[in-house]
Amino acid sequence: MSQNNNQPASFELDGKTIPFQAGQTIIQAAMAAGVYIPHLCFNPEFKPHGSCKLCTVKANGRQTASCTQQAQAGMVVESDTKELNDERRALLQMLFVEGNHFCPSCEKSGNCQLQATAYEMDMMSPHFDHFFPDRPVDASHAEYLLDFNRCILCSLCVRASRDVDGKNVFALSGRGIKTHLIVNARSGHLADTDFSGADKAAQVCPVGVILKKRVGFAVPIGERSFDQQPISATPHPMKQEG
Amino acid sequence: MEAATKPKLRVATTSLAGCFGCHMSFLDIDERLFDLVKLVEFDRSPLTDIKHCGPCDIGIIEGGLCNAENVHVLREFRANCKTLIAIGACAVNGGLPAQRNHLSLASILEEVYHAQHGLVDGFIPNDPELPLPLDKVHPIHEVVKVDYFIPGCPPSGDAIWKVLTDLLAGREPELGHGLIHYD
Ligand code: SF4
Ligand code: SF4
Ligand code: FES
Repeated sequence: MSQNNNQPASFELDGKTIPFQAGQTIIQAAMAAGVYIPHLCFNPEFKPHGSCKLCTVKANGRQTASCTQQAQAGMVVESDTKELNDERRALLQMLFVEGNHFCPSCEKSGNCQLQATAYEMDMMSPHFDHFFPDRPVDASHAEYLLDFNRCILCSLCVRASRDVDGKNVFALSGRGIKTHLIVNARSGHLADTDFSGADKAAQVCPVGVILKKRVGFAVPIGERSFDQQPISATPHPMKQEG
Repeated sequence: MEAATKPKLRVATTSLAGCFGCHMSFLDIDERLFDLVKLVEFDRSPLTDIKHCGPCDIGIIEGGLCNAENVHVLREFRANCKTLIAIGACAVNGGLPAQRNHLSLASILEEVYHAQHGLVDGFIPNDPELPLPLDKVHPIHEVVKVDYFIPGCPPSGDAIWKVLTDLLAGREPELGHGLIHYD
């Protein structure tokens, strides 16, 4: 494992040499090199959460989340393989059936990372039986609404509100299949928090939960970011319309 | 004439709890319909008005399951079609009709036939001819095995054409970016 000090350390990802700096995770180094590894709860601006497992790769033959696993020199990493993509598709299908994802009426459609990642993984059907859960919408806030039906529990809003906005507006509550997003107010309503549209938390949701009111369909469906190009070709897919 | 060519594949189509939008989108293959009818002939379909599905090579189902009749028709298709395709959001995941699933059926019937303005003397229809509504709307793969899915609300004519031509050529259907859509 001796490294030539003049050469940047590197590892191998699907046969490609990826340079990295000490402390970088596999996904950070891959992103910097322009190589796409599917992910949902990872956002380069935040500390990793390691919960969705979409970014799972095989490093030296062992499965690991590439958003939490630090890169090591000489590591051999597989990502874009049938085995891993089949597992990623199954994870996506579970996310779809656990919530209510009626894309045709979702303002996030075409800009949604869940949807775009499912397109990327050729998810043609939900495969599993739907839960059809009952999750009422919180429309209490004057400018923003929360459609919990689409929450994938990535915790990005939790991290943004806590770590960037210093507000702790959101939290994940419950465990396992009962995990759900809550709003930190006695009433449980967004209107009773100090949430504001200027917050980072208003910008980070990868799906269609945290939505600005009254901006619906400013860009028509069919002309949105992932309609133009697949998520794998979008270097930093954190994109928020409106 | 093409008398000596391969026998035509038999195709049946139907709309269950759907809006016929997927059938309209199917017609959006436009002049390619002429190529298609050289290769296939239609069994039960809104295009033929045949009432029951006979033995077929391909069955195409639009719409999910919202009442007992939908389930019977779906089972008839599955029993008769070698390959069954779910077309559109409603068949694939329940779609718009499934947006009623978080409400109780009783409260919906009450709202639609009793409570709404102008329905003072309304009653919930109970003619035995009417198929009973299901408690929840279901996508079709929750009831029968489905071989292929074409998502979209509706899928584009191009997406439908791609899947049909792949199948007719004996290829595994593949959509890819630009053709795979859930909206
Ligand atoms: S959040 Fe994404 S996957 Fe869910 S309904 Fe909206 S566009 Fe579809
Ligand atoms: S609301 Fe959005 S950002 Fe927050 S946990 Fe749910 S999916 Fe993630
Ligand atoms: S992106 Fe790594 S676990 Fe979610």
